[in-house]
Amino acid sequence: MNQELGPIASILRHVVLLFGALIMLSPFIVMIVTSLKPQSEILSADFTLWPKTWYAVENYRAALTSTPLLLYMLNGVIVTVAIFVLQVLVALPAAYALAKLRFRFRGLMFGAVLLCLLIPMHATAIPVYVLLFKLGLLNTYASLILPFAISVFGIFLMRQFFLTVPDDIIDAARIDGMSEFGIVWRVMLPTAVPAVIAFGIFSVVAHWNDYFWPLIAVGDRNLFTPPLGIAYFKLDEAGTNYGPLMAAATIAITPLVIGFLLAQRRFIEGITFTGMKS
Amino acid sequence: MSETDQQSSCAGHASRRGAVEIRGLTKSFGAVSVLKGVDLRIAPGEFVTILGPSGCGKSTLMRIVAGLERQDGGEILIDGGSVDEMRPSARDIAMVFQSYALYPHLTVRENIAVPLRMRELSAVQRLPGARLLSASARRAVREADRAVRDVAALLKIEPLLDRKPGQLSGGQKQRVALGRAMVRKPRVFLMDEPLSNLDAELRVHMRAEIAQLHRSLGVTFIYVTHDQAEAMTMSDRVVVMMNGMPLQIAPPEEIYDDPADLAVARFVGSPRINVLDGRVQGGGIAAAGVVLPLATGLADGTSVQVAIRPNRATLDPAVAAPRVSGRLVHRENLGSDLFLYVATEGSAEPLIVRQDPGIAGRLAVGEAAEVGLPVEHVYVFDAEGRRIALLASDARRRAHG
Amino acid sequence: MADQAYSRPAVRGGAGRGGLRWFDPVAAALAGPALILMLIFLIGPMVVVILLSLTDYQLGAASLSFVGLHNYAEMFGDRTFQKSLANTLIYVGVVVPCSVLLGLGAALLIEADRRMRGFYRAVYFLPVMATLIAMAIVWEFMLHPQFGVVNLTLEAIGIPGQSWLQNPSLVLFTLCGIGIWQSIGFNMVLFMAGLTAIPSDLYEAASVDGANRALDRFRLVTWPMLGPVTLFVIVITSIRSFQVFDTVQVITKGGPNKASEVLLHTMYTEGFSFFRTGYAAALTVIFLLFVLALSALKVFVLDKRTHYA
Repeated sequence: MNQELGPIASILRHVVLLFGALIMLSPFIVMIVTSLKPQSEILSADFTLWPKTWYAVENYRAALTSTPLLLYMLNGVIVTVAIFVLQVLVALPAAYALAKLRFRFRGLMFGAVLLCLLIPMHATAIPVYVLLFKLGLLNTYASLILPFAISVFGIFLMRQFFLTVPDDIIDAARIDGMSEFGIVWRVMLPTAVPAVIAFGIFSVVAHWNDYFWPLIAVGDRNLFTPPLGIAYFKLDEAGTNYGPLMAAATIAITPLVIGFLLAQRRFIEGITFTGMKS
Repeated sequence: MSETDQQSSCAGHASRRGAVEIRGLTKSFGAVSVLKGVDLRIAPGEFVTILGPSGCGKSTLMRIVAGLERQDGGEILIDGGSVDEMRPSARDIAMVFQSYALYPHLTVRENIAVPLRMRELSAVQRLPGARLLSASARRAVREADRAVRDVAALLKIEPLLDRKPGQLSGGQKQRVALGRAMVRKPRVFLMDEPLSNLDAELRVHMRAEIAQLHRSLGVTFIYVTHDQAEAMTMSDRVVVMMNGMPLQIAPPEEIYDDPADLAVARFVGSPRINVLDGRVQGGGIAAAGVVLPLATGLADGTSVQVAIRPNRATLDPAVAAPRVSGRLVHRENLGSDLFLYVATEGSAEPLIVRQDPGIAGRLAVGEAAEVGLPVEHVYVFDAEGRRIALLASDARRRAHG
Repeated sequence: MADQAYSRPAVRGGAGRGGLRWFDPVAAALAGPALILMLIFLIGPMVVVILLSLTDYQLGAASLSFVGLHNYAEMFGDRTFQKSLANTLIYVGVVVPCSVLLGLGAALLIEADRRMRGFYRAVYFLPVMATLIAMAIVWEFMLHPQFGVVNLTLEAIGIPGQSWLQNPSLVLFTLCGIGIWQSIGFNMVLFMAGLTAIPSDLYEAASVDGANRALDRFRLVTWPMLGPVTLFVIVITSIRSFQVFDTVQVITKGGPNKASEVLLHTMYTEGFSFFRTGYAAALTVIFLLFVLALSALKVFVLDKRTHYA
């Protein structure tokens, strides 16, 4: 489908797509514009794209000072990074064993992985909550991180990738004196970098944006992640102090959006790749 | 060789290591028996090729010697000591793989250095930055660097040291794989079809290089291949393997000239050997309508098979030999050689005769042809394909060779 | 442990099970942590949630007793649950066809020509990336009856504004709209992957065979080749839509008067506001049955027919 369209079809295509793009972008435009306006202008009955009075400094200062928004962002980084690192540490050796070793319960374990792929996060929330409650771990970083340390999806994805790595390389590494763990980290991981990046994008996007589990697991404001922080910001301000609220929303989505704009292709590939396999 | 012989031979080559002894090795995968009791002794510094069709168990044998696969029964000794409980890296061996098995993310220099770094540096010293803190780690790294450069110089791959495997040609990758094997100065080199991914011309060239490498290193080489040309040109001895059993273990000339089994005779030699069904008849063998004066001492009527190499059969009327009559069905002129395919009644496949173009040059397809079978070059095998010793063959062999 | 490493060779074709030890320390060290975590956080909880649904357990209670199917009986007699299940099915029934069709349309239009392809792709994909909670709050602001951009725009072109989130007969469809807005980009990139997997010589063959118009080529080549991808996209969009929660929780809390109550929100309210754990577990089991049925559809029907990647 790489041929170019004729002039009329081409114009038609742009008209339709630009109209769609306007709708797709409208919340982002409204959010940013509103975050630059004073309350009086926001609540007026005529919407302008360009603020009459610039109120950006005040709104963003309010967003950052009336709630510890930067702390929420830091929590978001800590939680998403910790989850991703643990997922890789747990999933890669398991994926290697499933792809390249011959052991007694391999079929059974892979069956369990396939079964667990079907379980949505929400279905395990109640028992996991009870478990963390009994262990006294609710309201800790651990409660945000531990339940996601296991990614059966990551295991499945990496196993599929490892199957394509030639056995000879693994044998060569054994003869060269590497242990099985050495093979995982020094041979398999470097060859699997593209798959790990795709999985990383998938994992970080999912957990940075996750609202359901943090809402359940933590009540302590010092542990809030950005989605939780924004939701409570809205509650606190009774949802009417729109300037700072939109400023906070802008700040919360910024890291992923910047990452996306910088590495658009990788993000789309990552989400497509993982979406296709999930 | 008994144990004491083994020791004396070791004493005889005090500096030479790498005697390999394989005793009663068995291995099956599920119901499939891949190795059925393999015995093999390899002297220090010997170049032994294991030759056989795919699926004969030769690769499994090599993988067990390397320690990549565990045998079901039997044992492996290197320099008199059992290595069965050792990890591959502890066996002091090196292996070159068919696919080269280079680490794609490491440069040539790093690839070659891997075995040394694994051996010389502890896990802690291998951590990034550890070299800044440990003098012994620095020294080990320096020595490894020098060893890598020496090997690279020997293999003439110095300009490639900073490239990644993806930027190399097949022949260059092959050299890097050889370098990675050589750098650790192993007792035994294992090579698993190392040339089969190269094009024909390069293969011939690398054949010579590997043979030369073997001479200069003086280390034991065990080489697995399905290519008879590689086996015949490089080895001190060839092990022909079929169905999990070595059928013959002998120097290349003997494998060709004195096959112990019909399967060996068929597998080695190109074009294929001519085989005729025969029957013992009055002190000779009747085949394809003639009686060959070959004394087997077997009872009349016993089924046997007789075989003769295409270059030994002849259409030259001047050679005195029993003649089988047939009809020329096909001719292949390769310039230096002329191959003539003669259909006869005793054989389903036409007999192949290699002839000087001068002698049979004018014979046309469809014409009658008389194939001479000089009996001193005819091998006789029993119904199972095992070679039958001929009576009075001593005299015949002596006369011939 | 490492000394046994050599006895665990890479898998070769035709290798049987013979000779594998009951316990393999290397495999256990590699796969053990994953297996243990799977048991603790996935398989165990699945079993527990089913068992809990048969009890009257309340979080923090000292004891619990087995009540059989009582929770289920209560649930099916409960108006909130009935409303919640109906709303969820309506939500899925609206979001799936709309977002799949619009995602397909976007993919086809964007891929039809090179010009501005990257720009469109990024713009349509942006909602997939953006934190849904933040964007839900923006949507709520945009849908404000008095000064929301949506009503202001509609009134400017002569259409009366609506109480999008306050009108009980409208609120669920408003949430559907947000769901569609968020899903289009995701479906679009899946379709794009499907489109690039179509060999270009098929289009050339179609042209040679006389399919000159874009619509002919679509019917002859694109649509049949995209068929399996489409089925796949429908199933995963259904599963994702079933899990609608964020927008409901932050914008409407299921209101007004349960008009936007959905399954996960009911489960959340029962389990984590009222701490009726046993009852919430029963709700979870119902939710799970739907998701598993859809997943089973994917595994048993689709995986055999899709051949991308």
